[in-house]
Amino acid sequence: MVGVLALQGDFREHLSILKKLGVDAKEIRTKEELSLVDGLIIPGGESTVINKLMRRHGLAEELVRKAQRGFPILGTCAGAIVISKEILGDPQVPLGLLDISVKRNAYGPQIESFEDDVEAKGIGKVRGCFIRAPIITRVGKRVDVLAKHQGNPVLFRQGNILASTFHPEIAGETRIHKLFLEMIKTRREKVQEPVSSTPPSHRSRHP
Amino acid sequence: MEKSTFRLKAGLAEMLKGGVIMDVVTAEQAKIAEDAGAVAVMALERVPADIRKEGGVARMSDPKLIREIKAAVTIPVMAKCRIGHLAEARILEALGVDYIDESEVLTPADDKYHVDKTLFKVPFVCGATNLGEALRRINEGAAMIRTKGEAGTGNIIEAVKHIRKVKEDIAMLQTASRKQLAAYAKKERVPLELVQSIRQLDRLPVVNFAAGGVATPADAALMMQLGCDGVFVGSGIFKSSNPRKYARAIVEATTHFNDAKLVAKVSEGLGEAMRGLEIGSLQMRLQDRGW
Repeated sequence: MVGVLALQGDFREHLSILKKLGVDAKEIRTKEELSLVDGLIIPGGESTVINKLMRRHGLAEELVRKAQRGFPILGTCAGAIVISKEILGDPQVPLGLLDISVKRNAYGPQIESFEDDVEAKGIGKVRGCFIRAPIITRVGKRVDVLAKHQGNPVLFRQGNILASTFHPEIAGETRIHKLFLEMIKTRREKVQEPVSSTPPSHRSRHP
Repeated sequence: MEKSTFRLKAGLAEMLKGGVIMDVVTAEQAKIAEDAGAVAVMALERVPADIRKEGGVARMSDPKLIREIKAAVTIPVMAKCRIGHLAEARILEALGVDYIDESEVLTPADDKYHVDKTLFKVPFVCGATNLGEALRRINEGAAMIRTKGEAGTGNIIEAVKHIRKVKEDIAMLQTASRKQLAAYAKKERVPLELVQSIRQLDRLPVVNFAAGGVATPADAALMMQLGCDGVFVGSGIFKSSNPRKYARAIVEATTHFNDAKLVAKVSEGLGEAMRGLEIGSLQMRLQDRGW
């Protein structure tokens, strides 16, 4: 089951893409709910708000702990900002899971928001809606840039983390979510292998 | 590359969903709102409660104030223009606000026409008391709708009435015959195709927020439970005794609207809410402005 963080933002659009793909999905608002899913989508919205709300009830810490063990995360726009390493000129501290530096709302006010086609590696032409979008000013060595728009990197993968500065969900684009679902499937297979070969008494760390 | 498409205009409203948009009259208040978790701020000179008290013609804010507020925060900044006031709307667009609220809270400038919002690059939000009114605004190009409620009263009853009416009207379309749909479109002066699309969607095609009377975290939770996508809070926050705490509590109640225990916790010891007004005692009903 895939989780969509539903604290604030366009989580319903992500849920409807998942529905289109015939996938079971769940709205996530608490860390308890987070334990029920195999991967999490952090939607677009206001990064300052999503970041604050994630930290108020311990969900952020739990997500970081899980991500470090390979839990798959997809972040779009604000979702990419909150998992980044660094937000320039901004007091909010992101989760630091994706090694990129971000300049928020870098194209200007809403009238500068735009949509355009971007060529994504391994996917093809994707319609991207950039709404008060950030610009990525630095990309770490371990990060694979999957797409650029006018020279700016806009789609990234770093191991179990996938992120875009645009909104595939607003354009009804499903292929980025498909890639994410594959990442979840690969992880599930990897996790299940050692589990099935280990006796139950050694499997769990908890008493 | 395309800019200012309807998808981008309505898309920004989608990003605000589940959030609280707060009225602010100074840059300092804007900062407090942002720190508390507001998803956007509405920059204005007087909150509705004061407009009601002081009377006079309420107009667009001083551009200087809007610029100061824009400089103080990183979240989207909205501002109000008078109903039908094309020039105020153009000024707000030139200032680079992220959304314009063509608002009944200000004194209307045109008794016949709302702003033709399709001619603007900047998106608009408009108030509505029922589905027909919402569709007229959407047909004029509004990319976001909110209930009118009764601004500046701290009394939730009118906002409840308006969201319920929109929902009832949409439900009515579901069972209407083709003839009835055509009659409804004619009566409401909107294209039949728009009415048909609502029937198919079974909801408004744009985001619908609560506004006009939200004063407490419980009010915010109520409006979310009734199906609103988010909440505007006007006078409620900065007319309360502890705005910081109040703002934060309303943000949490909006997100976790179905978690009564959490709403109870954040509602504890907030101090006094804005005093509020009985609707029957009002001399001026703002919701009757616009058509």
